[in-house]
Amino acid sequence: MIENNILYIIYLVASVTFIMGLKMLGHPETARKGNLVAAGGMLLAILGTIVMYEDPHGNTTRESIKIVLILFAILVGTVSGWIAAKKVKMTSMPEMVSLFNGMGGACAALISLIEFEHNTGQQLSMLTVMAGLIIGSVSFSGSIIAFMKLNGTLNKPVRLPSYNIINLVVMIATVLLGLYIAFSGTTSHALLYLAFALALTYGIMLVIPIGGADMPVVISLLNSFTGVAAAFGGFLYDNPVMLTGGILVGSAGTILTLVMCNAMNRPLSNVIFGAFGESGSGEGVQREGATGSIKDINISDTAVLMNYSKKVIIVPGYGLAVAQAQHIIHELENILEERGVEVKYAVHPVAGRMPGHMNVLLAESNVDYSKLVEMEDINPEFATTDVVLVVGANDVVNPAAKTDPASPIYGMPILEVEDSAHIIVNKRSMNAGYAGIDNELFYNPKTSMLFGDAKAVLTQLVTELKTM
Amino acid sequence: MEQVINFFGENIQMVYVVILSVFVGVELIGKVPTVLHTPLMSGANAIHGVVIIGAIIVMLNSDPDNYLSLGLGFLAVILGTLNVVGGFVVTDRMLEMFKKKK
Repeated sequence: MIENNILYIIYLVASVTFIMGLKMLGHPETARKGNLVAAGGMLLAILGTIVMYEDPHGNTTRESIKIVLILFAILVGTVSGWIAAKKVKMTSMPEMVSLFNGMGGACAALISLIEFEHNTGQQLSMLTVMAGLIIGSVSFSGSIIAFMKLNGTLNKPVRLPSYNIINLVVMIATVLLGLYIAFSGTTSHALLYLAFALALTYGIMLVIPIGGADMPVVISLLNSFTGVAAAFGGFLYDNPVMLTGGILVGSAGTILTLVMCNAMNRPLSNVIFGAFGESGSGEGVQREGATGSIKDINISDTAVLMNYSKKVIIVPGYGLAVAQAQHIIHELENILEERGVEVKYAVHPVAGRMPGHMNVLLAESNVDYSKLVEMEDINPEFATTDVVLVVGANDVVNPAAKTDPASPIYGMPILEVEDSAHIIVNKRSMNAGYAGIDNELFYNPKTSMLFGDAKAVLTQLVTELKTM
Repeated sequence: MEQVINFFGENIQMVYVVILSVFVGVELIGKVPTVLHTPLMSGANAIHGVVIIGAIIVMLNSDPDNYLSLGLGFLAVILGTLNVVGGFVVTDRMLEMFKKKK
């Protein structure tokens, strides 16, 4: 008995570390420590559970075979998780987070599969079992699809005709089946596995039509799903640390999702039900406004232009990360600064593939934190800027978001680069951006296009500048 | 209706925990600068790995000769550990880069 009470104190401490950890993660100076604090709490809770947990019905026994299996499983998970997390490239971070999220969802679903037979006939427990199963499974299969989309295995949004209706039907069927199993007291494993399969299918169908540009929002949403699934596990076991941890992530994740949607000025329903891809592909054909002549610029002219500027703003996009050009761009910044040019980075909230992803990448190449300026603060500065260098960004500088109500990105706040004197856009080709729409900015008389791979072009630019 | 009211009465502590946690979660995220959104999402991702506690409980409560339950529980513990360890390590790697420069 005393052991159980000690365990509850441990759980309390762990819950507090989660709250403190999340809080500290919100400030640049304390973020790293915050992560460690939460990790410490987690370790305590896990060890405490292994050593002291007692089921109120007295089901708990500690045969050595079970303890060995538990420790072995933890060892396997720790080693592979550690290696995966250490080896992943910074540019692949979003898909890694998505994958780990999927593992959590699968864990929650498995727990429910096992607990099914222990809870038949008890409506309330069964309700939590089914909720954990369904939410966990959706999160698992959805995260795997998001992972595959981000690493390029699945790169096209797949849209069945009237998929919204099909999705809705699958979702309702899943929920109804879950409720039926909970309230009918059935012991049928066939029904249980049917619910499991339906939920997995729904997760796939939920994510598969969504385009790459919206993946950050989806990952964040699935993240909060897994949180809720964990919280249902907390209900089931009357376990306070699972409950607080799960609910915290559930609510924090939901808010984070909304913050991201806000940054794109698109309601969450648009992301899920996909007003984006449909109008994007449908209207691309009829857009005639975005034609005109494109002006090329070569490396040496770019170098001259930048060398004699007072102020240069760099707009980094995901293309920069794909080309692994984050280090060379920092070098460019250093050279220009030596020549007395003021250099800043304009970071759009959704640049890259997750909010803040671009900051992580640039921080990796030692770009000074204070040079990364957020959209609201940098927009007024474009008017006093000589040269804007857009590297691998497209949708976040597309003026159609302000001028063309028919555009799928209409209303999204953008970086107002066209206020500056010169705009140089580095792109690999004239292909459309993630959202798959044309960009009028490229036809602007002030815009010059600098075609080529970001890393190659920037390297040449740096060499050219050094000779000047 | 009576059932619902009774449910609240019997589980009032949990209901409090849930509601207060929701508010705490919302408040915590409100003021975070955009630069930290990715690490924050990743950190939160690691925290919901707390579901591993449930997987451990499953194993502790299962019959030592119920191989299905032990096997699934074993798999669940591995997956949960991946979520926890991978999540915290990835977050740490991201944050390592935000070190203040002199």
